[in-house]
Amino acid sequence: MSDMQDYKSSLADVTSRKFETFSYLPEMTPEQTRKQVEYIVSKGWNPAVEHTEPENATDSYWYMWKLPMFGETDVDRILAEAEACHKAHPNNHVRLVGYDNYAQSKGAEMVIYRGKPV
Amino acid sequence: MPKDQTKTYNAGVKDYRDTYWMPEYTPLATDFLACFKVIPQDGVPREEAAAAVAAESSTGTWTTVWTDLLTDLDYYKGRAYAIEDVPGNDDAFYAFIAYPIDLFEEGSVVNILTSLVGNVFGFKAVRALRLEDVRVPIAYVKTCGGPPNGIQVERDKLNKYGRPMLGCTIKPKLGLSAKNYGRAVYEVLRGGLDFAKDDENVNSQPFMRWRDRFDYVMEGIQKAEAETGEKKGSYLNVTAPTPEEMYKRAEYAKEIGAPIIMHDYLTAGFTANTGLANWCRENGMLLHIHRAMHAVIDRNPNHGIHFRVLTKMLRLSGGDHLHSGTVVGKLEGDREATLGWIDTMRDSFIKEDRSRGIMFDQDWGSMPGVFPVASGGIHVWHMPALVSIFGDDSVLQFGGGTLGHPWGNAAGAAANRVALEACVQARNEGRELEKEGKDILTNAAKSSPELATAMETWKEIKFEFDTVDKLDIQHR
Repeated sequence: MSDMQDYKSSLADVTSRKFETFSYLPEMTPEQTRKQVEYIVSKGWNPAVEHTEPENATDSYWYMWKLPMFGETDVDRILAEAEACHKAHPNNHVRLVGYDNYAQSKGAEMVIYRGKPV
Repeated sequence: MPKDQTKTYNAGVKDYRDTYWMPEYTPLATDFLACFKVIPQDGVPREEAAAAVAAESSTGTWTTVWTDLLTDLDYYKGRAYAIEDVPGNDDAFYAFIAYPIDLFEEGSVVNILTSLVGNVFGFKAVRALRLEDVRVPIAYVKTCGGPPNGIQVERDKLNKYGRPMLGCTIKPKLGLSAKNYGRAVYEVLRGGLDFAKDDENVNSQPFMRWRDRFDYVMEGIQKAEAETGEKKGSYLNVTAPTPEEMYKRAEYAKEIGAPIIMHDYLTAGFTANTGLANWCRENGMLLHIHRAMHAVIDRNPNHGIHFRVLTKMLRLSGGDHLHSGTVVGKLEGDREATLGWIDTMRDSFIKEDRSRGIMFDQDWGSMPGVFPVASGGIHVWHMPALVSIFGDDSVLQFGGGTLGHPWGNAAGAAANRVALEACVQARNEGRELEKEGKDILTNAAKSSPELATAMETWKEIKFEFDTVDKLDIQHR
């Protein structure tokens, strides 16, 4: 049994702040991100890109990057929009959303570019 | 045609089948349908036993009475309309019975159960009786409140998307002081779980009164939210000796800002549960439902009420979460049957499927769905199977599997969260969780010492007792 470790997390340490699904895993590689986009497309969900200043990540509403890409199935075009959003807002969290209009919910939502912790 | 249609009164005892056995009857879309598994007393023919069950669970009594002739009994009576062999059990048969909708008060699960599983279960002509399934007509569903929030609303309120939610029942079940209890809650939440949960028998005992528990737990929730930036909750159990006391506790939970409360729907009863669900809907509170006592009612394959019926009754009465069994953990639960009742909790329309024990189509219309909760004897090694069996719309609860981590609750929670996210990510990538689970977890553990340690701690634990209540399967 390995030696006991302290669980590093505190109010003072801004790296303790998480941002929901997949935020306990290492940041995704471009190849991993592509697979998640493929999953959203395969489900027939509407992809969307949103971003926020990390200090406002707990708000319900992040800034939409343009409109959700209704009916878009081209994985490269979806990835290009996410990248464009990231380039325009390099310090912000950028998340990929899959809107499921039948469930009237989001079938998927994950941060794919991690902003600068504050 | 039944003989009692004559306008004359003939006192005495008649065979039930003369009135209540109607194989030519085609059920109406508004009828309640029920499937009973019947083991009759020796010498009682199937048609007579089925008709007796229909009679005793609706309008009939053992002898003809003159007041029968003052009403249109043909309109109000239950009708046994079919009988079938039970696969694998020569003593038993299925009786299908249709009840007119007007036999039941609108919006009353209590009334449904008092009729369908009332006196008839003690009836001498049957040796054993089990209510296997019911079809609630959509017209009746629309008279019930159902889940106060439902799956989609709860996801929005808590900001959890694209994955199952994670919970943990705080242990030891009994005996902690309120402040120490709040510590345990805070630790699991800061480590990455979405919920902590009061154990079902935590109500308001001398060692920890409810108000103290609520206060400390709420402090833990708020600190964990500030620390992690994620929304958290802890099911505050408001199950109480009286409805008045239950509402008092629920009001207080709302006052301090708790997002979710909890109730035991069988021990507390359907009147209390339906009232509390209505209160939650009025007050914007989520409602977690525990099912203590269910196994007394549903475990015997020949007598009682199947859990799929108790599931339907809860969805009508109201609750946002309901314990469903885990398939893989320490508690009873056949896989196919479990898949059947978790669909019944969540979906809008469930088709008849005998391979899952579902005897009727069930249309829920727009009634919100209930999150199934998998809880009991599960740990990180079960995660791939759980994600595969339950899918995203579920709550996976690890009690010992969080608190028993050698480094404590926060590390245990983090291990579960990493394992969950790794499994969801892999599933989305098209990998087969139940085949590749070991690889997926081992890889995830490379960046999580908490997960690596959890995997080392629990790798040998298995629960491989055979299931007692199995689906009825052909043995010949």
